[in-house]
Amino acid sequence: MPTEAENIDVIQSLESMAGDIERRLEEFQRSDPALIGIRTGGVWLADHLHQSMALKEPLGELNISFYRDDFSQIGMHPTVEPSQLPFDIDGRHLILVDDILYTGRTIRAAMNEIFDYGRPQSVLLAVLVDRRCHELPIRPDVAACTLSLEAGEHVKLLGPDDLRLEICEQTNK
Amino acid sequence: MSSVDLQLNDDGQLKHFLSIEGLSKALLQEILDNAERFTTVGDRAIKKVPLLRGKTVVNLFFEPSTRTRSTFELAAKRLSADVMNINVAESATRKGESLADTLRTLEAMACDMFVVRHQNSGASFFIAQQVAPHIGVVNAGDGRHSHPTQAMLDMFSIRRHKPDFEALKVAIVGDVTHSRVARSEIQALRALGVPDIRVVGPKTLIPAGIESMGVSVFHKLEAGIADADVVIMLRLQEERMQSALLPSGNEYFKEFGLTERRLRHAAKDAIVMHPGPINRGVEIESAVADGPQSVILEQVTNGIAIRMAVMSMVMGTQVAANR
Repeated sequence: MPTEAENIDVIQSLESMAGDIERRLEEFQRSDPALIGIRTGGVWLADHLHQSMALKEPLGELNISFYRDDFSQIGMHPTVEPSQLPFDIDGRHLILVDDILYTGRTIRAAMNEIFDYGRPQSVLLAVLVDRRCHELPIRPDVAACTLSLEAGEHVKLLGPDDLRLEICEQTNK
Repeated sequence: MSSVDLQLNDDGQLKHFLSIEGLSKALLQEILDNAERFTTVGDRAIKKVPLLRGKTVVNLFFEPSTRTRSTFELAAKRLSADVMNINVAESATRKGESLADTLRTLEAMACDMFVVRHQNSGASFFIAQQVAPHIGVVNAGDGRHSHPTQAMLDMFSIRRHKPDFEALKVAIVGDVTHSRVARSEIQALRALGVPDIRVVGPKTLIPAGIESMGVSVFHKLEAGIADADVVIMLRLQEERMQSALLPSGNEYFKEFGLTERRLRHAAKDAIVMHPGPINRGVEIESAVADGPQSVILEQVTNGIAIRMAVMSMVMGTQVAANR
């Protein structure tokens, strides 16, 4: 299995994701959407999607570290750039982009944060990889590929230049 | 045990925040960077993040305070903590309860953090030694000793206007002797690498030997603020005027009051700061306090972000250690 993820052409997958997202938006009759990437991998992907979909609104970036559900276990996360949502959330159709959907906890945290900025009309979830190990009732609307990994294996997106997936042994950190 | 040992865990993370003394440049920068992230929370529709949900913060104030207490309260609330304000001056200690008993009582209410203001130097240090191991203590001003969150919010305000600490001239003007703010500020400015730090004031209000903290001393305002990038005015406490250290507020203003005319001696783009509450016409003229170079109100706003950063860092270390 491991070689499979490394063979995925991320740029090509992004093209198919953009097409899938546009089809879903059309199907649901959602216009004027705004794109939000989750830091850091999701932002790299969202940046490409934003260009290829030629969206009007600037790209939103979400840093969910204030919303993580593991603060009471591990404390503060190392500093990353703050969230920036440079458009009005109220009543808007959103496309939320992340690199890997694993347990679903990141997406839950992201949605909690988004709702503190306002009340979107809808949220569509697009991911590059769906690992299908969901611990919460959260499923992607668009996923470029699905992956089943062995226990102890971990997939991550490398970038921002030369975007590619890498599978590694999970370190307990 | 030194305050450094008491404040940091073995990994160098903050478990209490008692003093700037002994903290590294990297740690101070981490506080400033975290505060930068928290400022965005104040701009949103819902000004709250869930980091400290379910935690209880006690503002334990043995000395009256309005802005420090209320910004700590707001910061804790924006982190979703529950907050309890206890003005000890009006409560149990008046009835003879000892400090240790007050602490035990609060611990029995399952509190997680004490924010302490006390008239005695070293009080928060003492409390940090006394409390149960899962409780974080944040110093909100103790005697003449230290006021570390005020110093950090001032560093934050400076950095937002003048990002390069290593190129700055900073003048601290007024009653340095009785000022815990000045002491903490000098330590923070030094740690962050500010090369030119000056204290300015009448001889009676500048402690002897302060040069050993790495500052130069001036007794004339114009010379002290010459070319300064940052002018920090300290509050002149009324009791100092009554205690014969000074002739009167009026006299003080003549010598050390910051006026528009005098401010011209500082750098053209100098910023003017004041920890508040300001005495208009004593240490500062209204035209300056409300003028374009004043960042006094920004300091108040920044105080919320700095206190959010410090409280979440301290609480984060505590929860990770006591898991």
